[in-house]
Amino acid sequence: MYVAVKGGEAAIDNAHRLLAEARRGDPAIPELSVAQIRAQMALLVDRVMTEGSLYDPDLAALALKQARGDVVEAVFLVRAYRTTLPRFGASVPVETGAMTVERRISATFKDLPGGQVLGPTFDYTHRLIDFALAAESECEPAAEAEPRADAGTCPRVTDLLAQDGLIEPSPADDGAPVGDLTREPVDYPADRALRLQALARGDEGFILSLAYSTQRGYGRTHPFVGEIRVGAVDVAFVPEELGFAVPLGRVRLTECQMVNQFKGSGAAPPQFTRGYGLSFGQSERKAMAMALVDRALRAEELGEPVASPAQDQEFVLAHCDSLQATGFVEHLKLPHYVDFQAELELVRRLRAAFEETSDAAGMQEAAE
Amino acid sequence: MTTSPEQDGEVAARQAVMALCAEAGRDALEAAVAALGAPVAEDLRPAETGLVMATGRIGGDGRPFNLGEVSVTRAAIRLDGGRTGFAYHLGRDRRKARLAAILDALWQDPARRGRVEAALAPATAQSESARRQAARRTAATRVDFLTLARGED
Repeated sequence: MYVAVKGGEAAIDNAHRLLAEARRGDPAIPELSVAQIRAQMALLVDRVMTEGSLYDPDLAALALKQARGDVVEAVFLVRAYRTTLPRFGASVPVETGAMTVERRISATFKDLPGGQVLGPTFDYTHRLIDFALAAESECEPAAEAEPRADAGTCPRVTDLLAQDGLIEPSPADDGAPVGDLTREPVDYPADRALRLQALARGDEGFILSLAYSTQRGYGRTHPFVGEIRVGAVDVAFVPEELGFAVPLGRVRLTECQMVNQFKGSGAAPPQFTRGYGLSFGQSERKAMAMALVDRALRAEELGEPVASPAQDQEFVLAHCDSLQATGFVEHLKLPHYVDFQAELELVRRLRAAFEETSDAAGMQEAAE
Repeated sequence: MTTSPEQDGEVAARQAVMALCAEAGRDALEAAVAALGAPVAEDLRPAETGLVMATGRIGGDGRPFNLGEVSVTRAAIRLDGGRTGFAYHLGRDRRKARLAAILDALWQDPARRGRVEAALAPATAQSESARRQAARRTAATRVDFLTLARGED
């Protein structure tokens, strides 16, 4: 237990001043601007928005600057900021089928209506350090080409498979209220919507490792990437005073449709099942891992044995939030003096008792 | 609530202007409001920043779920003549939301609608050209994968 302590104000103030100077670093080197972080550390900004669960690139970039690039600390700052703001309401659900696609790939179909576009990707790079980047240089302008006639319409791959009944449909919108874990503590078992909310804001590293564990045999799901798409979608909100959907602007999202083998059960014919991932910005690894874990967490629903960590929703949901995890782990460094004093006393007493008994035993041995 | 097709068309046109203002930069809206004579407007409600929970759908088309919040700034104003205007924008720019609310109020006046749209024409052009260029860059990365026969037949 952590007990409040007094004292150390001057040291704390000075530590924070030192932090400010350490954050700035060598004054001979130009200071980073928030706009630079936003533009040039874009994927890091996307991660902070995703795990901070707040889409605001400028704010995420500022949080990263303040946190000296520490992702979890930046997530903490973003989450703390959001608690200071009123909630106007919930958006109209975003329509990812109408996304302005800047990247869209499928590992299941090579020919898709709308085509496969690679967009800005690390895929197929050689992962060799580019020393030319160490020097400031102009980059070659991106290539351009006339979009083909079908480029504007990209139906979801899952819709193509659904036409033949080969894949399960998405759970229908029954109009039931959507659970929100930022408003109500999670009750187990949690429904899929709530699980997706938790996974969407969950730590990328943790979700990635769980997803990897399913591939290594701890709750196999036989996945294929049906589709990954990255691009901008419209977000709209219906204010009470207007009564119609007001377009708020466009947000960049990454969506992953995982298609999984399923041999069927007594109740369901053999068909492909699905896992779903959606994240802010270009966060492909996160969206893929989320989709894998989403599918793994459906084990019970699909009549599969629940035997592995990635299938155990309480294990996954209770531990995937980096802020909760860091809060509990890092609180250990705060003063625990009273607690520890009590433990010390206890150990001293136990030792005294132990020595008494062993002395007595020793005397008895000597006497024999 | 039932609406007539004319009302639906009116709402759709208003939404299109709102979408344009949401996407445009603050400078573009400053310029548009200035071009329209910078009318006096009083706040119905001071511009404020808050949150909207962005929702997605399971599988892209199924039951909704909460994806995460977006920061949103809203403004509500009244012009001298009594017309009211509203704006809700992503981000935290209160000044920009207020400008958009003024444009929304002006646009609702049939007598001024044409001038508002003309004042916003540069923003429209810029948005369209940015989209065209992005589409052309994306198109250059379109790939045609070929599967190669494997095995020894």
